[in-house]
Amino acid sequence: MTLEFEQLDRNLVVKLKGELDHHSAEIVREKIDRSIDRGGIKNLIFDCSKMDFMDSSGLGVMMGRFKKLKSMGGQVVISGINPNIDRVFKLSGIYKIISKYENLEKAIEKLGEGK
Amino acid sequence: MITNKMRLEIDAKSENESFARTVVAAFVARLDPTLEELNDVKTAVSEAVTNAIIHGYNEMKGTVYISCLIDKNTVLIQIEDHGIGIEDIGKAMEPLYTSKPDLERSGMGFTVMEAFMDSINVTSNIGKGTLITMKKTFDSIHNRVD
Ligand SMILES: Nc1ncnc2c1ncn2[C@@H]1O[C@H](COP(=O)(O)OP(=O)(O)OP(=O)(O)O)[C@@H](O)[C@H]1O
Ligand SMILES: [Mg+2]
Repeated sequence: MTLEFEQLDRNLVVKLKGELDHHSAEIVREKIDRSIDRGGIKNLIFDCSKMDFMDSSGLGVMMGRFKKLKSMGGQVVISGINPNIDRVFKLSGIYKIISKYENLEKAIEKLGEGK
Repeated sequence: MITNKMRLEIDAKSENESFARTVVAAFVARLDPTLEELNDVKTAVSEAVTNAIIHGYNEMKGTVYISCLIDKNTVLIQIEDHGIGIEDIGKAMEPLYTSKPDLERSGMGFTVMEAFMDSINVTSNIGKGTLITMKKTFDSIHNRVD
């Protein structure tokens, strides 16, 4: 799995490319937390348009970042999910706390400047 | 009757998770499953192998045993560890139950296996290990003449 970070105002976009499992989750978690801890970030957008596999380990990563940002007054959203991964998300009920958008543009539009 | 089997033994290391699910998917691919069905199998195998590594062996040394048996258009997959075992299988299989919330586990592994496979059976002995048996029939199979 490779990660690409982009900060747009106070929104951090994390583009996940490849397969998110227990093995890749550790490094993904670490890198994202390091970015958040540097400060200046309120919301997190997971761009999943290039992620082709995810199991429950990915759910743990996303819920963990949700808890972290929620305690700082921010939110986590996801975009570009393929149907297979969508089924894992749906089973978990994660959409009750993390909103899903068709694509990155829509997610950014919705979050605004993250003020 | 067309049967085919394979057996795989891997070290309980997280870097082997993608290898394990890819090997099983490649073995099952000859049944001509849809991409969705193939992904179901990959995800379920990933869950079971990850559980063996994280829970069965507590991320320490061990071996995970994987076997697949194809019988016509049905695949039977077994994933076994010789780790700590599960005390209360009913509780372990409840959605959102995890014994390791500190590791950011979501407690959804068994729920995913149940949803993505046709059936799952769990047997376990404390201190001896755990055996997961999953089955899936591919409806998509064409009547091929091999
Ligand atoms: N092979 C195993 N050996 C011992 N205990 C296990 C094994 N597999 C599962 N368990 C127990 O069952 C529980 C539930 O497993 P499940 O896969 O549903 O959730 P999880 O692994 O805790 O979280 P997630 O899969 O969402 O990351 C685990 O927390 C663990 O206590
Ligand atoms: Mg699990």
